[in-house]
Amino acid sequence: MDEATIDRTLTRIAHEILEKHKGTDGLVLVGIRSRGVPLARRLADKIQKIEGAEVPVGILDINLYRDDLTTISDHPILRKTEIPFSVDGAKVVLVDDVLFTGRTIRAAMDGIIDLGRPRQIQLAVLVDRGHRELPIRADYVGKNVSTSLDEMVKVSLREEDGSDSVDLVVKAER
Amino acid sequence: MRLKSRHLLGIESLTPEEIVLILDTAESFAEISRREIKKVPTLRGRTVVNLFMEPSTRTRTSFELAEKRLSADSLNFSASSSSLVKGETLIDTARNIEAMAPDFIVMRHQMSGAPHFLARYCRSSIINAGDGSHEHPTQALLDAYTIRQKKKAIAGLKVAIIGDILHSRVVRSNIFLLRKLGAEVILAGPPTLMPLEVARLGVKVTHSMAEALDGADVIMMLRIQMERQGKGYFPSVREYYNLFGLTEERVALAKRDAIIMHPGPINRGVEIESKVADGAYSVILDQVTNGVAVRMAVLYLLAGETGDADSAEERPGH
Repeated sequence: MDEATIDRTLTRIAHEILEKHKGTDGLVLVGIRSRGVPLARRLADKIQKIEGAEVPVGILDINLYRDDLTTISDHPILRKTEIPFSVDGAKVVLVDDVLFTGRTIRAAMDGIIDLGRPRQIQLAVLVDRGHRELPIRADYVGKNVSTSLDEMVKVSLREEDGSDSVDLVVKAER
Repeated sequence: MRLKSRHLLGIESLTPEEIVLILDTAESFAEISRREIKKVPTLRGRTVVNLFMEPSTRTRTSFELAEKRLSADSLNFSASSSSLVKGETLIDTARNIEAMAPDFIVMRHQMSGAPHFLARYCRSSIINAGDGSHEHPTQALLDAYTIRQKKKAIAGLKVAIIGDILHSRVVRSNIFLLRKLGAEVILAGPPTLMPLEVARLGVKVTHSMAEALDGADVIMMLRIQMERQGKGYFPSVREYYNLFGLTEERVALAKRDAIIMHPGPINRGVEIESKVADGAYSVILDQVTNGVAVRMAVLYLLAGETGDADSAEERPGH
């Protein structure tokens, strides 16, 4: 995917979110660190342009909720969770770049539920690459990409990486 | 960026980068303590033994709270209830505790070097919670966190540390830390409570309160350890207060926005006037709050080496 395709995809997802929720009432977006955050912000901008309403955007670091901290030797660097609004009764749309095993999303749901009791949690991802290990599916998918396990989906975003692209790369190449 | 050791025995062995990593990580944990549900499952299934061979309420409860907020299982041993009073040696105590396979041992001991000794015999990560008059690393880290929170940066600040330097383990850890992060440190106290070798640590030493406070950004008062004052280090508490007590008039010698710190518990009217301890520039209670976040960060970082995992794709297994 190139910059224009990513932009068109996000515009479509923004429309889908608004259509499903019939507006922005009670809607909040939560980006999963790190590339889910700029994607959530871009979706909020698009929703603002389409609907003329501001949707709050929060940032979630899922590392404290990982289920593999006891088995890995490299602990990830923690960064702050910043959700400056109440999630009680909110319709939360989690936003991430890639949906893979589903474990990140499980951790994100645990993280959100620790902050309050949302009315609903939905999931928006730019790419769904399959290989789920948990019964989780996305409500809004930018692109479904069939992958093998020795491939990686490399998402670059200008806010984090300087330019926008989605590439399929073989793991050994990295 | 990783912590090099799986133990936290002192500040002396940490690099400035490791110190900054701990302080940055603590910021993420401070957010958890402001939530309605102050608990995350990060250390679920891990066991922490709190081995306190010397009385301590503040440090032990702070560690306990940090452990509980990370969902670790914790077990408390104190001197009065342990076999040490029955004559068991430290190595035997250590072997017995080790046989229960804890992941961490948080240790407070009256003898300097005791946690280092334990670290040689145990597979668990050892965290020094104060050893004799040697080091108290988590206290220095929470002090640094509080200074950074209030002053934005530590480099270039003038920090005056005043009181019983001789018996303080906090002061050594603080000197190491503040110097590593680029602060200027000046110590003040009665000559009888000022060890000679302290000047070798790269700090200024004075016996004048006015000189220490002049232009200070941070005033760190130390507790007069009343339990250790039987040896006549100063003639009377009243005289000590007259010479080294922090009063409002003396605070005026420091910078207008100076912050006042104390590791606690404070002796009101001995090292600090009540009005000052409870005043607008006092950050004593912030230190207590920050202590939990800093200790959560230390436990998290010692639970495994750190590495930078970024996007979902880079998170192993995610």
